[in-house]
Amino acid sequence: MLELKRLTSIAALTKLQAKTKDLVSLRHYDRKPNEEKHQILICGGTGCHSSGCGAVKDALQASIDAHGLHDKVNIVVTGCHGFCEVGPLVICYPGGLFYVRVKPEDAEEIIVSTIVEGKAVERLHFKDEHDNAPRPSYRDVLFYNLQKRVVLHNCGRIDPENIFEFIANGGYQGFAKALGMGRQATLDEVLKSGLRGRGGAGFPTGMKWKFMASEPAEPKYMLCNADEGDPGAFMDRSILEGDPNAVIEGMLIGAWATGATEGYVYVRAEYPLAIKRLGIALAQAEALGLIGDNILGTDFSFHLKIKQGAGAFVCGEETALMRSIEGKRGMPRVRPPFPAKQGLWEKPTVLNNVETLATIGHIITVGADEYRQDGTEKSPGTKIFAVTGKVNNTGLVEIPMGVSMRHIIFDICGGIKDHKKFKAVQIGGPSGACLPASLLDNPVDYDSLTAAGAMMGSGGLVVVDQDTCMVDLARFFLTFTQAESCGKCTPCREGSKRMLEILERICDGNGRNGDIEELERLAKTMRTSSLCALGQTAPNPVLSTLRFFRSEYEAHIVDKHCPAGACTSLLQYKIDATKCKGCTLCARNCPVNAIIGKVKEAHLIDTNKCIKCGTCIDKCKFGAISRG
Amino acid sequence: MSCNCTGKTLDLAPLMDILAPYKQNPKGALIPVLQHAQDVYGYLPQEVLEAIASELNIPVAEVFGVVTFYAQFHLTPRGKNIIRICQGTACHVRGAKTILEAVCSHLGVKAGETTPDLNFTIETVACLGACGLAPVMMVNDNTHGRLTPSDIPGILDSYLD
Repeated sequence: MLELKRLTSIAALTKLQAKTKDLVSLRHYDRKPNEEKHQILICGGTGCHSSGCGAVKDALQASIDAHGLHDKVNIVVTGCHGFCEVGPLVICYPGGLFYVRVKPEDAEEIIVSTIVEGKAVERLHFKDEHDNAPRPSYRDVLFYNLQKRVVLHNCGRIDPENIFEFIANGGYQGFAKALGMGRQATLDEVLKSGLRGRGGAGFPTGMKWKFMASEPAEPKYMLCNADEGDPGAFMDRSILEGDPNAVIEGMLIGAWATGATEGYVYVRAEYPLAIKRLGIALAQAEALGLIGDNILGTDFSFHLKIKQGAGAFVCGEETALMRSIEGKRGMPRVRPPFPAKQGLWEKPTVLNNVETLATIGHIITVGADEYRQDGTEKSPGTKIFAVTGKVNNTGLVEIPMGVSMRHIIFDICGGIKDHKKFKAVQIGGPSGACLPASLLDNPVDYDSLTAAGAMMGSGGLVVVDQDTCMVDLARFFLTFTQAESCGKCTPCREGSKRMLEILERICDGNGRNGDIEELERLAKTMRTSSLCALGQTAPNPVLSTLRFFRSEYEAHIVDKHCPAGACTSLLQYKIDATKCKGCTLCARNCPVNAIIGKVKEAHLIDTNKCIKCGTCIDKCKFGAISRG
Repeated sequence: MSCNCTGKTLDLAPLMDILAPYKQNPKGALIPVLQHAQDVYGYLPQEVLEAIASELNIPVAEVFGVVTFYAQFHLTPRGKNIIRICQGTACHVRGAKTILEAVCSHLGVKAGETTPDLNFTIETVACLGACGLAPVMMVNDNTHGRLTPSDIPGILDSYLD
């Protein structure tokens, strides 16, 4: 690695960038037969880490050494590529040969074929489910090639533990440009870009900054919200693991534009790798003089610290997060006063989400007009979605705002697993909503989602198929919000508890007439009178499933039947008399002797005795038993 | 200050080392101090809470309030290995419940409990952010993904000495 020497001017940063170019110059797609040098990129994100990328790296290195290739080939561990489903991922440059689900025993073949002989290892290529044809290069894979990676540009393409690779790819140039533009012009550029907060509510970032810039009190604080708590969202984790310097650059620009001199990144403790990489990036930025006093020889100073969360979902709410940094119980307070006036330690404070901050450097570098080329009039730019659940390709998808949900789920993510039927997509985590198939062609942007009764949230998309019960899913989210309710205000504390009780009894087959109306009444109270967004949005999963899947609630309550076959208390096991051969196998295996019948005659299940364990279905050789 | 109720005396010297850098400027120190103390002691015994309160000049009640607010802090001893089973949405729809059941039945204790031999503590978490690998669990700092119930005994046994 190059020497970490303090930079004393903007010109010194530009000079450093020129010096670092070689670090990343091999990472292109043109491939000649006899390449001199190679770089092998291995994904080292949380996903690939747990799929065993460490052992793959060691095996590749051993093979490189065995063939005496260490002058020709070097290995770079990168952050998350966002395609965790098929990890560990290995990419060989030049050429961008893309290998998936790589095992240590594949290493020798990769080195011999790709590096020595110049041939790709075809069996390790990703195969698209559409045509089952191998996709040799990274950019051939539909999952990537249909995306527009602006914020994720560096994720998986640079070593996140080496600040020089970030600088080589144009990192900190946005900040340098902002210093040259002046504080007001920087602020105006972000306002003009129309960037809206990526954390959930979609408030314009430039407006937030403007409010704080006009406050006279000092010191001012610039905070980064990395308390990504929505189940099903992991874009912030991937950015912190794959491109931590982009977040630091965004905070520097924000501090410059708003006059903040101190900052904190509030990261959840459940992300150890993100914390580690952010810490390394911060130490390197400090060594280069990009964080601290008199940055790049100017009179601008900014000090940044990392704070670890302690496990409370509500701390994603801005006022709660600030209380938590102060070392108190993380409970929200009434606004106004808004944090821009009185935030952390009662001083002016601005809080932005990880993805928002990682976009800022790009906006300043290319300019607001260029940035607005993507997305819609009211929701400009790209947005990262974390697509999970019953889809073929789970992972991170970055696309311009305004494309349809169908495009994301069916074109990019390859449709539903095991050729099952799409039922709904849950967007926005526990505060979000379930959208049915009829809304698949709606555009995905802040305002269209709100109009459909959903919200962008952090951008988690959980796709569910016919086997998922919507009442059970609503109950799942309420279980979560009820447990995470901080208990300060009554509507949220009591309302979530009562709603959960009702959902539980409906799923258990004890639903009563009037339960649906009671749910709606409680939901309305929580929505209108809870103190913070957690309580105000907690009823959304219930309201949206009631709106689009009301018949499932009615089936549970009236018919005591779960149409998806997911709620075990409501399942009925039946033996089809025409298929049953009377072999007695089921009856002999039933743990509670609930199956009666004579040899060679159709059997019968005594539903009063049946405990719905499913043993009989597994044992029957004739497919005569069904549940539903 | 020490406590003899368990027959063992708690050594508060490491705690004093943790507190030293914060004494000058105790602003916002409480949570990092608690996190650090829990790393050292494994949990937060009453003596530790009382010592932190007196050193940082905060009422014990306030320290207790913070400790009980956050899921990360523990007032009782925990196992050598912490199992965190993800209950997030993606894991839920891909069978997290069966993973939790498999872990509980293998170890013979329930979620939130510690095995009598103090080897394992089972916890559930809302989301580990590894949704692409659902269902997922973490043991200490290692993430295990794409789990099936039959993987559980092998994984857990690998953490025994």
